[in-house]
Amino acid sequence: MSEFALEFRNQLVGLAGIVERNVYLTKRYILWDGAFMLWTIANTLTIVFIARAAGLGPAAENTLATKLLVGATIWAFLGIIFEFVTETVAWERWEGTIEYTFMAPISRPVHLFGMAAFAVLYGLVRATILFFAVIAFIGLHVPHANYGAALALLAIASLSFMGIGIMTAVLPLVSPEKGAQLGFIAQGLMLVVSGVYYPVTVMPTWMQWVAKLSPATYALRGDRASVVYGAGTAWADVWPLLVIAVAATPLGLAVFRVGERYAKKHGKLKRSG
Amino acid sequence: MSTHATSSSSSTATERERSGVPAVEVRDLRKTFLRRPRDAGRFARKQAWPALHDITFTIRRGECVAILGQNGSGKSTLVRLLSTLLINDGGEARIFGHDAFKESGTIRRLVNRVSVEASFFKKMSAAENLSYAARFYGMRPAQTRTEIPEILARVGFPPERRNESMEHLSRGMQQKVALARALLTSPVLLLLDEPTTGLDPRSKLEVQDFIRQVRAEHDATILLCTHDMNEAEALADRVGLLDRGRLLFLEPVEDVKRRFGVETLEQAFFAATGREFESEGQEEDDEYREVFS
Repeated sequence: MSEFALEFRNQLVGLAGIVERNVYLTKRYILWDGAFMLWTIANTLTIVFIARAAGLGPAAENTLATKLLVGATIWAFLGIIFEFVTETVAWERWEGTIEYTFMAPISRPVHLFGMAAFAVLYGLVRATILFFAVIAFIGLHVPHANYGAALALLAIASLSFMGIGIMTAVLPLVSPEKGAQLGFIAQGLMLVVSGVYYPVTVMPTWMQWVAKLSPATYALRGDRASVVYGAGTAWADVWPLLVIAVAATPLGLAVFRVGERYAKKHGKLKRSG
Repeated sequence: MSTHATSSSSSTATERERSGVPAVEVRDLRKTFLRRPRDAGRFARKQAWPALHDITFTIRRGECVAILGQNGSGKSTLVRLLSTLLINDGGEARIFGHDAFKESGTIRRLVNRVSVEASFFKKMSAAENLSYAARFYGMRPAQTRTEIPEILARVGFPPERRNESMEHLSRGMQQKVALARALLTSPVLLLLDEPTTGLDPRSKLEVQDFIRQVRAEHDATILLCTHDMNEAEALADRVGLLDRGRLLFLEPVEDVKRRFGVETLEQAFFAATGREFESEGQEEDDEYREVFS
């Protein structure tokens, strides 16, 4: 086997190691995951019930409830990706394994993509459970839903989410005490501008411009159209997501590389506690 | 020791070993951290605190060298520099001829480490922790299925506890798993940073026996950082003394005693520094450790 092939194989095995580790952790924390799932369903119900209180006719109420549900589901999915990728460093620092992971011969992009790949899989499972649990509970009708198109757009959007998540993952690296909180702020800002429960057009003009930079804007718009009206995957939603992914991923990796160098220069790459 | 954690870098290192390149060459290595003085306000300007002052030494292939020093002396900083977790402020460090700061990818395949904290995912079992860590070094499931039970047996870890959460294991057991993790990846340079600190006497002896066994049976070079003088004397070919970031000497124990005209390493420390080895204030040690450990 050539040197390149051997290194490539080793990196793939390393990526599998990241996913394997997260599978072990999910198994060990399965009860906590169950509780978190129930909390997310309850929280989503509080949002979807708003449609019932709006005093609309049955059809309009069903449409509004479905739109809110799509917003909450995508937000839950996006939140998981952000949480996993942003806390790549924070978790390891807390567990005390950070130094062992960062001195292992796995490349940083592979390390981060391994975390992101698991996050996407885990987030999809949670989003699916959430979506159908709320539909069953409320009794929503989605006869035209094009789930294939909705999933395809979500998969494309995941690439952008991963890139932005990698950028925010650097925060706990350079600031052990405040970094994770800053990551949540970034996540919250994306929630506000992307029209998660309302059309982007209700926001001030400057926020609508910011919304154009958020991948969640296109994922929400496209998935609402697919689930509520049965629309296919629209190129108008796909190309911005691809552009953001192509820009955000290398930028995220570059930002992380700079952050890692800073952490190594200033002795911040260590466990806490 | 397993030879399955393979890479081109390892084979290159083996070639360099054969050509007589030292295992570790450190020249004028310097590291300084910034920190706020004690009792200074939150917005006080940070000051430079030198952790290592122009350290120079060489370790031959297959040698076991102990670096003695109190808490805050710079031992952990040295280990973290050699394991690519810190970037130097001056000088250089080479591991089997590779620059530790410019060829970190290669260095990571050659080095592994056992530190004072066992450092595992606490809810995961010993087998799970070893399994995913081995993947980072390119070991596939077919290899780890056989090699993890073998290596755990070699460190004296009870097989029936292999699938128990790490949080239920004693410190001694956890440290055995840490040794197993380091050896599973076949490092040619093993960095041991206070590997027996905090262990009960029996566990301490078991870990020390295992280190001797690794030396006797395998072609590993060992850098042992410790504040335990007896441990250093028992395990190492040469002993160095790191005091407040300066390496005062690095010689065989008998040469140290002869040079200072003393009978013990404690007396040598006193002769070299004018201070008792145990007299450093714990409060100050803790403060140093916060920055340098």
